[in-house]
Amino acid sequence: MLAGMSTPPVTDRADHPAIRVRGLEKSFKDLKVLRGVDVDVARGSIFALLGSNGAGKTTLVRILSTLLKADGGRAEVNGFDVASRGAEVRESISLTGQFAAVDEILTGRENLTMVARLRHLKDAGAIADRLLRRFSLTEAGARRVATYSGGMRRRLDIAMSLVGDPPVVFLDEPTTGLDPEARLEVWSAVKELAAAGTTVLLTTQYLDEAEHLADRIAILHEGRILVHGTLDELKRLLPPAKVEYVEKQPTLEDVFLSLVGTAANGEQR
Amino acid sequence: MNKHFLGDTAVLLGRSLRHIARSPDTIITTVITPIALLLLFVYVLGGAIQAGAGSYVNYLLPGILIITIASGISYTAYRLFLDLQGGIFERFQSMPIARAAVLWAHVLTSLVATVISVVVVVLVALAMGFRSGASVLDWLAVAGILVLFTLALTWLAVIPGLTASSVDGASAFAYPLIFLPFISSAFVPTSSMPGPVRAFAENQPVTSIVNTLRALFTGHPVGTGIWIALAWCAGLLVVAFTFAGITYRRRIS
Repeated sequence: MLAGMSTPPVTDRADHPAIRVRGLEKSFKDLKVLRGVDVDVARGSIFALLGSNGAGKTTLVRILSTLLKADGGRAEVNGFDVASRGAEVRESISLTGQFAAVDEILTGRENLTMVARLRHLKDAGAIADRLLRRFSLTEAGARRVATYSGGMRRRLDIAMSLVGDPPVVFLDEPTTGLDPEARLEVWSAVKELAAAGTTVLLTTQYLDEAEHLADRIAILHEGRILVHGTLDELKRLLPPAKVEYVEKQPTLEDVFLSLVGTAANGEQR
Repeated sequence: MNKHFLGDTAVLLGRSLRHIARSPDTIITTVITPIALLLLFVYVLGGAIQAGAGSYVNYLLPGILIITIASGISYTAYRLFLDLQGGIFERFQSMPIARAAVLWAHVLTSLVATVISVVVVVLVALAMGFRSGASVLDWLAVAGILVLFTLALTWLAVIPGLTASSVDGASAFAYPLIFLPFISSAFVPTSSMPGPVRAFAENQPVTSIVNTLRALFTGHPVGTGIWIALAWCAGLLVVAFTFAGITYRRRIS
């Protein structure tokens, strides 16, 4: 493959939505996890799939990233059917799972060069160095990942997903288990991604995360999409807002961040 | 075959070899049991064992090498299991790579680690007085049989590595393999064993492999035994490879 280091290995098929899911069904034995899910995600947007534990979010992401086969329905990613064109789908995506999928024994830089080589890119070392810089990991790059904090691991994990600039990125609960600062770091990384034209599908159980990041939000509950739309559209589902006068107290998050305040909260809100 | 198979396998092999280089304890724990057995049997029990002419360490080494291989390959299951647990396996599976490369890298890593362990054990045996009149060709035959046996057991180890639900489960399957040499001609000649035990010992793979290795080391003719040994290794390899492949395909779909 002769793909240069910054061109995606598969060109965007601009006439298709980035992700298109119709009537997707999946059961594990008797348990119906997905019962006819429909989703459309426009190119370059951030789409949040909101749901509590066990709602089927991870199952949907696993089907879209060709790790699992659906029982019924259709799913296309970057215009390729996940069931019949798995190889092309894998060229188009990258997946950041619930648990940071990094190699603890290798250094951060070695993790990135490994992924670059596996994506058959030239100049893996330069790609790794660029991503280390972008995720403020340059100094830690030569250290083994086992010595990293949770936030650094997550950043490395996301950096590994961006190697080769895949047009579609899946982030499965990217901030679960992170402290507030690390969470904000991940949020700004996600925003940058979308700003650069990457389509992001993220799952989360945190309402504020969906509120902060997503262009469109879908609520997955018991294997079905209950509602989907922009934040404003979802808000309009409820009776119009009442006007109440409430003293504005700082949230615990505000207190925490102003006390431990680092660069991360500078770009917040 | 996927056009990236060789390149991807090489990248992933490099990764696992780094693991071994950075945590050499996997080699140390692999060789410690065989070396302890070697010391125990040569210096404590060996004096009372009648195993034909020549020094007992010469008699013992082939069986000890089999035990070394059996304890080494349990790390294949262990490493594979950790990859599955940690999520990096899923990362690889969701990338545009040759999917078989993930398994082959683990298998080749096991081969490299086992070869290192076997060399260490042979060096210890040499220090303890092991001597061989084997020619270069005999040594090559020994190496060939050991490699074939390692590959067969490694593919067998892939199955629990892919299916186990705990670290202990992933590596526990190796224990019976480590014990198999005890009911074979590895430590004592089978002729001293009672009927049914002797029948089992003489018809299980370790005995034919050990006898062949012993004949090669001492420069004796291997006879038809070598074909039985090779048949066991090749048969085991084919069966293990097939079932590992089935398990893997089930796991990734």
